[in-house]
Order: sequence, then structure tokens, then C-alpha cells
Amino acid sequence: MKQLKEKHPLAIRWFHWINFPVLTLMIWSGLLIYWANDIYRIRFAGKTLYHFFPDSFYKALHVPFRLAEGMSLHFVFMWLFVINGVLYVAYTFVSGEWRYLLPNRHSFREAWQVTLYDLGLRKTEPPVRKYNGAQRIAYTAVLLMGIGSLLTGLAIYKPTQLAWLTQPLGGYESARLQHFILTIGYVLFFVIHIAQVIRAGWNNFRSMIAGFEAVESPAPTASVAPAADRPAPTSI
Amino acid sequence: MADTSQNSTPSSDEQVQREATRRSRRAFLVSGVAALASLGGWRWLVSQPKEAGIPWPLRRVLDANGKLAGEYFSDAHLAPVFPKHLVREPRTNGNVGLGSNFDPATWRLQVSSLAEPKRIQAFTLDDIKALPRVEITTELKCIEGWSVVVNWAGARFADFATKYGLATPDGGTTAASADALAPYVRVATPDNAYYVGLDIASALHPQTLLCYEMNGQPLTPEHGAPLRLAMPVKYGIKYLKRIGNIQFMSQRPADYWADRGYDWNAGH
Repeated sequence: MKQLKEKHPLAIRWFHWINFPVLTLMIWSGLLIYWANDIYRIRFAGKTLYHFFPDSFYKALHVPFRLAEGMSLHFVFMWLFVINGVLYVAYTFVSGEWRYLLPNRHSFREAWQVTLYDLGLRKTEPPVRKYNGAQRIAYTAVLLMGIGSLLTGLAIYKPTQLAWLTQPLGGYESARLQHFILTIGYVLFFVIHIAQVIRAGWNNFRSMIAGFEAVESPAPTASVAPAADRPAPTSI
Repeated sequence: MADTSQNSTPSSDEQVQREATRRSRRAFLVSGVAALASLGGWRWLVSQPKEAGIPWPLRRVLDANGKLAGEYFSDAHLAPVFPKHLVREPRTNGNVGLGSNFDPATWRLQVSSLAEPKRIQAFTLDDIKALPRVEITTELKCIEGWSVVVNWAGARFADFATKYGLATPDGGTTAASADALAPYVRVATPDNAYYVGLDIASALHPQTLLCYEMNGQPLTPEHGAPLRLAMPVKYGIKYLKRIGNIQFMSQRPADYWADRGYDWNAGH
């Protein structure tokens, strides 16, 4: 028999769906800024393998000559990005949601199993529960990336007043490169995230909108699942 | 906690399905409204009347950012300095205000102090060179995103303003009259084609120079001879070349690039 099981608290859903357009806008305005000095390339043995970004890419998206617009959007929407992120972190701590999100001692082994299974290299399905090891690592990593973007962003925004921050990051130029790499990281995260959401199907997607998941009850696999999802995480 | 998160109702699959549909419909409706509202908010934002090149709400936030940065700004926060062997010749990115109709021999720096009645004082390059010579090797950061290490030599803007009492309301040079300094400075090329607005704190920062030498050589015309600004507390757009006049002001002056959509403060 089916039953509805609460999965994502309302607050988490709001944080998630606010972050999506805000981060998109930060990446977009960041691209408008980056265009004005688009020096990053992937090189191997003296050859440029890929230039960030080809002219055709800029042209298709109408990026050129919008530096001022990009800066104005970037330095306004940065506030929403930071406020939403800070509230999210505060909420996960106050509500105890962090217990589901932080990796624990099982997560790395499990993440490996999940990866093999998802790539079709392993037959046995890893235990299904709120967040598996791969998800815990991914969602914690993307949060750390957010903190990284904030710090490297501040370092290039006020490199003299915040020299105490810029210098340990290796100076202005390296902080700018780190800020860029983190942004590429979000895009990669986004691609994998979307692919996984599509794979996981409607029930999972709906839970990020409506909060609940339809599950079979009584769940026969529940007792098999390791201790990771139990409420007292002495392991963390 | 695990128990409270389950709505186990002893009902048939059909009832569960109905409940799921009801909750989904409600949640998707709320989401749709929220998505439309944010799209509407975005449309509203980008269609607002422009204030110096960008929608006014964005301009207000940029100005607030500038104020906030001003609160944290301190003369003790210094731009990192670099060894001299790292210097390179910076790109000559702009030539606005550097028209050919210019005679360095008759050039004078025209300064209008804050003190009333307004008086214009003229200074020669030798007057500036008579002030203590300061040399710094810092990173010039262009608003486009590139940077280059440059060695600058000149007089501290602060030494100049202090010696001649330019920023004080009574034209005095004592510490007492430094209480009510002019809050702003306008610096422009002789033809006023290029102009920058500065907050007084940035202008008087110890690394802000009235610069006459770059990388060990007297300034060339394309780099702003005879006198230019060098100030690592700002983006390169504020390093005005070929200074013609300086005004100490109580109102915030216009700024060439801020009039074209950029941040007025443009501070580092």
C-alpha cells in the first residue's frame, strides 16, 4: 500500500528555488564581466584545447560589450545569493537537516557504489533513502563552493581593503581564476544534477516542489538501510 | 523525528492518490505564482527609468555598496606592494581628454579649494615636485578584469591638499580645520572631456599619488604627462591622465564612467 512521506521541508524548498534563478543570474552577469578579459584557456603541451569562450558562444548569447550591465547586476544580486545562502545554512543547523546533508563515514564508500551503479557498472542498487552518500558529498561540496565563491568574489571586489583575504588566496589574479573555476563547477554540477533528477523521476522531482514522496508502506527495505539516516548521528 | 515525518494514514491507495494530487496541485500552483511573480519582478527591474546608464534600483544598490565600503575603508588598509622587477608597461586603454591641442610648457594645475569665496590656484609641475617624492609599486587593476604591476612616483595627494589647505572649509592647514573636510573631489583633464569623482577618503589615502613618473621614466603623453592620478584604492578608470583641474566639493561630482553605467565608487 502506498503512503505519503514528508521529504523536503518547506524552507529547504524555498531556499532551493530562490537559489536557482539567483545563481543563474550571478553566472550570467559573471559571464558579461568575464568577457571583457576572457583570458582563461585549457592548454596541453603548449596547445590551446579550449578557450573560455569561443566567439560563437558569445555571439549566440549576446554577451559582448555589456560589462557595465554585468557588474551592476552582479553587485546587486550578490546580496540575494549571500542572504539566501546564509539563511539556508542557518536553517539546516537549527532544524537538524544538516544530519541528512553532511557526509559521514559511510558516504565515500557509498558514493563510489552509487557512481558505479549509475554508470551501469554495478548491478546491486545502493540503499535508497533521503540522500545517499554521493548526494551528501555533492550537496555539501556545492555549499562549500558557494562559500568559496563568496570569499574569492570579495577578494576581487575589494582587493585593497580586503587584502588580508586576497593575499592568502594567492593575490588578485589567482582569486579571479578561482572565482571562475568555481563558476564552471556550478555549471558541471547543474548538468549532473539535472541528469540525475530526470533519472530519478517524477516522484522525486515533485518532492522538491510539494515536499512529499509517495512510498510503499511498510517499506520492506527500511530495516536494511544503514544507520546513516537515523536521527542521532553520533558518527558525524 | 523519523516518526513525525510520516503521514501514515490507514487509507486505501485511492485516498492516498487523491491526497497526493491535492497537495501537488496546491504546491505547483504556489510555485507557478512565485515563478511568475519573480519574472514580473525582473521585468519591472530592467524596465525602470535609467539613472546614469542602469535602472535606478540597481544604481541605488551600487551607491549603497559604495557607502558600506566607505565605512570599512581605512588609511591603514594598504594595497599590496610588489618587487620592482615585476613591473610592466600598462596598456594605454583610454585617450579621452588627451587631444593633441595641448602645450605642456604652458600647463598649470588649476585647483579650486573648498573654502569660500572660491579661489582658483594654479600650480606648476615644480610645485608638485617640491612635495616629498613617494614611490610605490602596486597592481593597476582595470575594470575590464586585467591587472599589471606598475611602479609609480609622485607626490601624495594628501600632502598636496594638506600643504595648501585645499580640502578644508576655511583654507586652513591645521589639524583643527581638518574636521570638516570637503567630502568629494573632482579631477578632470584640461578640456574636461574626462573627469572622475572621488570620495575624500580615497583621495587622501597614503597610496594616492599625483604621479609624474611611471616605471622609472617621466610620464609619456599617452600615459598622462605631465601629471596623472595613481591610486590603488580604485579601478584604473579613476587613474585620470593629464590632470588639468581639481575641485574640492561638497556635492558628489559626476564621473565619466559612472555616467556610462559603471559604479561611481569603483573602489578597491
